[in-house]
This record gives sequence, C-alpha cells and structure tokens, in this order.
Amino acid sequence: MKKNNIKLMQGNEACVEGALAAGMRFYGGYPITPSTEIAEGSAQKLPKVGGKFIQMEDEIAGMAATIGAALTGVKAMTATSGPGFSLKQENIGYAAIAEIPCVIVNVQRHGPSTGLPTSPSQGDVMQAKWGTHGDHPVIAISPSSVKEAFDLTVRCFNLAEKYRTPVILLLDEIVGHMREGIAIPDPSELEIIDRKKPSKDDKNYLAYKVEEGEIVPAMAGFGDGHRYHVTGLVHDESGFPTNSNEIADVLCTRIMKKVEDHVDDIVAYEEFHMEDAEVVVLSYGGTARSAKSAVKKAREKGLKVGMFRPITIWPFPEKQVKEFAKNVKGIIVAELNYGQLVLEVERVVKGSADIFHIGKVDGEIITPNEILSKIEEVI
Amino acid sequence: MSKQMELRLTGSGGQGLILGGIILAEAAIMDGKNAIQSQSYGPEARGGASKAEVIISNEEIDFPKVQTADLLLSLTQVACDKYVDLIGQEGLLLVDSSVTVPENTNAGEVIQIPILETASEVIGKPMVANIIAIGAINALLNIVSKESLEAAVLNRVPKGTEELNKSALAEGYKLGVRR
Repeated sequence: MKKNNIKLMQGNEACVEGALAAGMRFYGGYPITPSTEIAEGSAQKLPKVGGKFIQMEDEIAGMAATIGAALTGVKAMTATSGPGFSLKQENIGYAAIAEIPCVIVNVQRHGPSTGLPTSPSQGDVMQAKWGTHGDHPVIAISPSSVKEAFDLTVRCFNLAEKYRTPVILLLDEIVGHMREGIAIPDPSELEIIDRKKPSKDDKNYLAYKVEEGEIVPAMAGFGDGHRYHVTGLVHDESGFPTNSNEIADVLCTRIMKKVEDHVDDIVAYEEFHMEDAEVVVLSYGGTARSAKSAVKKAREKGLKVGMFRPITIWPFPEKQVKEFAKNVKGIIVAELNYGQLVLEVERVVKGSADIFHIGKVDGEIITPNEILSKIEEVI
Repeated sequence: MSKQMELRLTGSGGQGLILGGIILAEAAIMDGKNAIQSQSYGPEARGGASKAEVIISNEEIDFPKVQTADLLLSLTQVACDKYVDLIGQEGLLLVDSSVTVPENTNAGEVIQIPILETASEVIGKPMVANIIAIGAINALLNIVSKESLEAAVLNRVPKGTEELNKSALAEGYKLGVRR
C-alpha cells in the first residue's frame, strides 16, 4: 500500500471541488438525475466556506437565483440535466444580454423530455448553442475525465468572469457518474480570474461602458455602492432600456464579438496520434474515451488513425478542424446523439474530407469496437 | 494480477454493491493502480437489478465500462439471469448459493458460495453481504493487497461498524478459499 494523494471521485464530485476552488460561493438549483451529486456536494460544502446553497422551487428559479447572486458580486453556479436545461434557457439568454457571469452545468442524459433518466447522452450540444432565443455568445466546455471535470469547472468560472457571460459545462452521465482517481491540485497551482470591478468612488461609473483596453464593462456588485439598472431589454451604457437601433446594433455586436474575437484564448482541444493520421475520429466528452481506445486498437493494427477531441464545444475549434481536414481521407464523428456536432464539422470542412457519423440514441454508450469497425470500413 | 481486470458486481438495489465496487477501486488506487468504477441502475432506489462495475489496470483506462468481465458476481437470481451473458469465456461466475446457475453459461469457471447466508447467520447482519463478497472476490482473484482492501473498507463504512466489517471481510476471505 502506497501513500498518495489520489482520491477516487465521481465527475460530479470533482465538479463541485473545482467550483469551490474557483471561488463559487452560491449555488441555486433544483436537483435532477444525473446531476444530483453536484447539488448535494454544494449543499454540504458551501456553508463551510461562508457560501450559500438554495434549493429553489424549480430549475427556472434556480437559474434566476444564480443570476441574482452573481449580480451581488459572488461567483454562482447551477447544475441540472436535459429537462432542467430546457427550463433554464430563457434566463440563460437574460444572463447573456445583461452580461452576468455564471456557470451552468448540464450533466446530459437521454432525451428528449424525461427520456431515460439514468442513461447517458450528448444530445444537448446544439441546445447549448441555440437553446435560448436571439443571437448570443456561447461558451460550452465538455470534460472527458474526472480530473477534467475539476479543471474545466475552474476554467468555466474563469471564462465567465473574464468575458462576463454565462458559461456551460457540458458534462455527460458517463463522466458525471464515473469514479476514477484524481489528485486535487493545491489552490496555489490554480489560475483564478475574478471579474473587474469599478472603484468605489468612481462617480462616472457606467455599468455597461467598456473602458479603453478592456474586453467587458467593469461590474459593480449590488451593495457595493453603485446604482445601476439591469434588464433583458436592449440597454445603453447606463443599463437603462432603449429602442435605439444604433445602440441595439452596438450592444448585440459587442456581446458576440467579445467571444468571437478571443476564440484563440477560449478554444481548447486534445490531439492524439494526429501527426500522420489518414482517418481522424472526432469525439468529445465521455465518448472520446471510447474513441481514444479505438484509435489505440487501430494503431496496434498498423492503421494510421488519430483522434481530435474538442474540449471547447462552443466556440467550435473551427480553425484546427479546417486545417487537419485538408490532410485526411475521412473524419468519423462519434457522439452520443442522432447527429449534432457532425453538422458543425460538415460546415467547417466544406467537403475537403469525407465525413462519417457514429451516433446512438438507445441509452447505451458507444463502444471502442463500434468505432474500430467504422475505422476499418472507411480507411 | 494481469494487466487489466474487469469486474461486474450485480444484485438487487440496496445490497451495497456500488459501495463494494467503490471499495475495490479505492483499494486499487492505494496500491498505486488505476481504477474506474461505474454503475447502472434503474429509477428505483431499492430492488430492481443493480450493476456496479470496476476496472483495475496498471495502465491508463480509456473506455470506462466493462466489456468482457473477468468476474461476474451475482447475489440474486434476477441479476444473474440478466447479466450472465456478459461474462468472458475465461471469466469467473461467482454466485450466491441461493442462485441457480443458468445452464449453458460461457463462464470459464462457476463458484457458488453462501454470501447472503453468511451475512445473516454468521455475522448476523444481512447488510454486510457486500463486504463478504469483496473479501471472497479478493481471495479468489488476488486483485488488490489485503491491507489496502481492509483500509479501503474502514474508510468507507460508518463509524462504530469497523469490527463488524472486519469480521465480514474475514468471512469473505474464508469463503473465497478454493477447495
């Protein structure tokens, strides 16, 4: 028996640890399988660090409370699964236009509707991008391991604070409920980003004015001494609503651009055996583990196969996929749905490589052998 | 232990098999190995067929689910009937004595031991069946070190039940001795 600091932990538990390490001090939500451990863990641990946990009457209220708490200056999170993610959409749009940093965890389960509650899925990929109405910036990140559930939750908070936008952690039941070893990093090893606040005596503070050299407006917390207005309507720099088409254009373009112009800062991905790959398996989240295993098996057979794993689903690693697509025969997109991210791959690749899809909607996960068979078929 | 060991523990919801799986995985981690534990269950909190899976390996584990079980434990008939086809040809089918082993199983070896009866009659607590089971499994397959398994059990069981669980583990080791 060796002494080590590795703990066996669920993805959902690691998400809570990551949130606390990032500085989460508020959780508002409504528990739902397979995300419930995130609510349980937050309820147990937040009071011990001076934070608050509130179980709201439903997911809509959970999202609203998360937004409200974030406005007071704390880092706030909610977690849910498909049915709850649907309910949260309206308020996610509110957070997008009002530029309220917060983290929404969606531990994806089978759907539509209540589907198979305990079975995994990756069916909310497009909903993460288009679930709320109107054009809005989206950052969605998908972990493949328990360690990543920790690291990427920290990253979600950092991106939310830096870009003042709701950030979605797209977990899936595979990673959320899987237990594996994780060494929780020492807090001193973590980069933690906090939102920029205005100085308390800034008499000219405008809540939605972007200062020179900044990406987003400085954000005063309610109770910090500044008065301002928050609304889901189009608003001017003071935060009050306006019908001006000009201001609408400036605001709506600015919130899109703040993410679009910083794609290189936001986008993350993993490449595995890509150097000489003729066929690439593109996969993400829990399914990427099957893809990696399949690629290892294919390499043992001497097949030139690689894996590309988007860690950031939105924004999609467009530049990278476009680039490698020029040099490969085929791309196999493996995802636990009827065909979602494959649409984005097709859009980006524009016919420069053949695209194949492996999807599943029976509630079972995609196995390495299923991917391997496809590799052997297309190579 | 060979390179990778894949275990499937099945029974009825509430028998503590997920905890049993967690304990085996934690013991493996204490031994410096990689381990993944997962489960599948229905919507019900008790009853039904429950399945806990553990993969222990000296290498990185990619696919987190058991593909060809080296061991299938079944504590109930329902679970045995449901999962018996998922065992590998060299796998060990370990069932409680109350379970009738289905004919024409592929299992390389079948062992029946009185896990549930030992829990209720010898220890006097049906709830320790899971601990007896993991003791028996470790005696049969030598997956983790004895000291790590005991430490992992003691880390996970409620305070005040340490001696009870140590006895359960010891009974499990006795049941797992090949005769």
